[in-house]
Amino acid sequence: MAFFFAQFLTGLANASSLFLVASGLSLIFGVTRIVNFAHGSFYMLGAFVGITLMNVLPGTVGFWGAILLTGLAVGAIGAFVEMVVLRPIYRAPELFQLVATFGVILVIQDLALMIWGAQDRMGPRAPGLRGVWRIFGEPVPKYDLVMIAITPFILFALWYLITKTRVGVLVRAATQDREMVGALGVNQAWLFTGVFALGSALAGWGGALQLPKGGADLLMDFNIIGSVFVVVVIGGMGSLPGAFIAAVLISVLNVFGVTYLPQSTLVLMFVVMAVVLIIRPYGLLGREEVAGEHGQVGAPETPIRPYGRLGQTLVGVLLLALVALPLVVDQFMLILLIDMVVFALFAASLHFILGTGGLVSFGHAAFFGGGAYAAALLVYHLNTPMEIAFLFAPFAAGLLALGIGWFCIRLSGVYFAMLTLAFSQLVWSMAYQWRGLTRGDDGLVNIWPSSWLSDTIPFYYFTLAFGIGGILVLRHIIHAPFGYALRAGRDSPRQAEAMGIHVKRIQHTAFGLAGLMAGLAGGIFVFSKGSVFPTELEIGASFDALIVVFLGGVKTLAGGVVGAGFLTVIEDWLTRLEYWRLLLGLVIIAVVIIAPEGIVGTLRSRWAKLRGHNEEVVK
Amino acid sequence: MTFTRRTLLAAAAALTMAPVAALAQDTIKIGEINHYKRMAAFAEPYKKGIELALTEINDAGGVLGKPLEFIFRDDQGDPAEAVKIAEELMTRDGAVMLTGSILSHVGLALSSFAAEKGYLYLASEPLADSLVWSSGNPNTFRLRASTWIQAAMLAEEAAKTDAIKYATIAPNYAYGQDAVAAFKENLKRLKPEVEFVAEQWPALFNIDAGAEVQAIERSKPDAIYNVTFGTDLAKLVREGGDRGLFEGRSVYGLLSGEPEYLEPLGDEAPEGWFVTGYPWYSFDEGTPEKAFVDDYIAATGETPKIGSLVGYLTGVSIAAAIEKAGATDTASLIAAFEGLEISDTPIGTLMYRKIDNQSNMGAYVGTIALEDGKGVMVDWTYKSPDGYMPSDEEVSAMRPAE
Repeated sequence: MAFFFAQFLTGLANASSLFLVASGLSLIFGVTRIVNFAHGSFYMLGAFVGITLMNVLPGTVGFWGAILLTGLAVGAIGAFVEMVVLRPIYRAPELFQLVATFGVILVIQDLALMIWGAQDRMGPRAPGLRGVWRIFGEPVPKYDLVMIAITPFILFALWYLITKTRVGVLVRAATQDREMVGALGVNQAWLFTGVFALGSALAGWGGALQLPKGGADLLMDFNIIGSVFVVVVIGGMGSLPGAFIAAVLISVLNVFGVTYLPQSTLVLMFVVMAVVLIIRPYGLLGREEVAGEHGQVGAPETPIRPYGRLGQTLVGVLLLALVALPLVVDQFMLILLIDMVVFALFAASLHFILGTGGLVSFGHAAFFGGGAYAAALLVYHLNTPMEIAFLFAPFAAGLLALGIGWFCIRLSGVYFAMLTLAFSQLVWSMAYQWRGLTRGDDGLVNIWPSSWLSDTIPFYYFTLAFGIGGILVLRHIIHAPFGYALRAGRDSPRQAEAMGIHVKRIQHTAFGLAGLMAGLAGGIFVFSKGSVFPTELEIGASFDALIVVFLGGVKTLAGGVVGAGFLTVIEDWLTRLEYWRLLLGLVIIAVVIIAPEGIVGTLRSRWAKLRGHNEEVVK
Repeated sequence: MTFTRRTLLAAAAALTMAPVAALAQDTIKIGEINHYKRMAAFAEPYKKGIELALTEINDAGGVLGKPLEFIFRDDQGDPAEAVKIAEELMTRDGAVMLTGSILSHVGLALSSFAAEKGYLYLASEPLADSLVWSSGNPNTFRLRASTWIQAAMLAEEAAKTDAIKYATIAPNYAYGQDAVAAFKENLKRLKPEVEFVAEQWPALFNIDAGAEVQAIERSKPDAIYNVTFGTDLAKLVREGGDRGLFEGRSVYGLLSGEPEYLEPLGDEAPEGWFVTGYPWYSFDEGTPEKAFVDDYIAATGETPKIGSLVGYLTGVSIAAAIEKAGATDTASLIAAFEGLEISDTPIGTLMYRKIDNQSNMGAYVGTIALEDGKGVMVDWTYKSPDGYMPSDEEVSAMRPAE
């Protein structure tokens, strides 16, 4: 019994820092609707700034003073980021801002490396709080108890701020209907900046408070972001008490998981999230998102049409050019193009479900990696001929997508996205942990194509045929009746239902189809690289695809493909330089600010404006 | 329209990259691929070690009368990216062979790629046993002492005590699992009566140290075997120290004594742990080990890490192989690497075994103590891998037929 109690206390202590970071994310999302991937970076900044300040300020007062100052400093950085990076793009399509926050992550990573160096730092001890107190004979670190004691005060302070002050009234009003708050004369810009700063400060405090239990290192931004999102989603996006309950729930379950199911450490929280979302689609204390409530901001979209004769001719000429390319370029150029086509097909499959279907998936890598693994497993264990294994990849990925889609499709918006993320983490952890089958992160190696394809040029044509073939099929489907039904379901589900379209069934099929095409890309991928590792199933791989789709332009036909080409080339070029992450981050932020409709979308509207202008002149 | 822009971009990229290949061919180039950003704390000392070796080699006239040059590339820790860069290094930049990687999975991807395309890959830092054994191939050589060897050294020491009940804690991925399996197998062989009462598997770099310590304490082991490293190790040491987990228990720590992991612990370094590591601070004057440390400090202004030594030996091995081969084609280089012997390295004679392409680099083992508020290894010895390797028959059976 004493042991259980001690375990419970450990869980509560862990929940404290997690709650601080998660509450910040939840506040930011609630008011600004920004899914802030960079939140972990503010947590990391909090840890580094905290250590620096603690080394300067002596004693107990210095320690707690340093923590206080850290929050203020990180809050100020947050306000700066919001004003410079996010403010220009609030009117961009929904979720577009997450691309900008991804750029912020890269910039902060390299800046932190420049300022604090590569070595891990141990956090300073809290003065007078080293060692343990014994509770029912079990040792409990003193600092744990302090953290447990602090958390309710923070929760109370936040609760007071939100429910009892004028600022809180405005924040709640903006959470419910930000247009109306603006219409009533509240300066939205400053409200958003203020909330973003507060959220960042909370993350900074979380980073500084955990110092005596850990330290600061350059990987902590990515390491916490997963659990923070899980906590916010389980609690219900935008709900502070929900975030608190979820932080405690996850932390305490983790502690018991460590003791009774030591192998569960990778997946436990994602399993919990999946279960909660399947039972309660909006988290424990979340509110149902009314369709259209946060609607499409910005100008209404012009319907997508097939290219005219000029466009088709151009595409045809370019296809011919790609076919003729091996005559003029060297081998590596072809390898780069293979990579590009594979990534373009992967991005196009996500673009299909995201742009045409309106379903934002955070876990699309499950199907790309799933396809790659399906083919690799056949080759590795059964010595299946490459041709059959290759065809199995899209088939298996499509089935996987239908299975996962069955659970996810009933949700919408961010909750749908998070449930796909949870499932992709389950697939990842299977590849990671089921070593008998997948060899874990030693991966499946020696998965090379048949001898007739082993040279670069034949494989290049193979890639062109299937990769570009896949992209063309997807585009064809967008203009087929199925595509129209899908778009109807996205833009106006109720009208679509009234017309006899079974929206959910259409979406489910589209999800399966997108998975199938991602699996096809995965199949080409595994034979071009000769190996597959769980990295292809990681959250990062899903986000790469997400980012290129947004960069290219969600509301355009070519967005995914152009975005993929753009990012592949930029990355290939920048990674040769020392501070490539900083530069890549700045490039992404610049593109996002200059082209808020994505590259293709912005070019198109510029072009339309130019032409409209000319026509007026002619008249 | 879709393809217009992509091809334009690709063509633009081709134009910007083309001049690189046209540069002078009067150096011998080695392609080096690593995770310079993702694992900066480990990759930087390694790179400085290589640069020190290069300075020495080129000051002495280079190899085959030409300067030796490394092309360093960042793969973001992604195996697919590493394979792409390897292709570029070999086909466009004129590299004669490949080396690099810290992460085992990237090493395995490069190894498979080298075998398929007929290139040579020297895996400098990856520890996975499968690199030279179950997934071994003739095109891949490995420098550093593998997981199995280092775990076997700790198991030998553990078998000397009367501890019977062991708990293990290792990061939940292939390296951690291999390290625990190797320790168990070696210890059971030396001392069949031991039993393993708890196996803890925290997520890599995401340990819940308080809970792990409670779980280990609950199983009341006589001794603990630790494989965690980096921030996980720091948190484990702190929570374990506070909660008294290590009192009266012997602890065996794989890699825990390496400066990369020991230095950040400062005055909280866990005294009494028996570990593998790199005691650069206590080498005797006049030894080649000490000379390397002095040269490295003079050249970089920093104290060496284990990565520095591995980087330096990488440079030295490659230069020696090229000299021995007298040519830079892959077949000659592979032939030169097989059984390659270099007599005067900081660890004595460095040799690459013919049987599995593994070098004979060993490991330093010793006990952690506190000196001047810093953790150091005392009573250490350098152990060569002889005697810790599986028998030649076992090794041959593990390697795929060549």
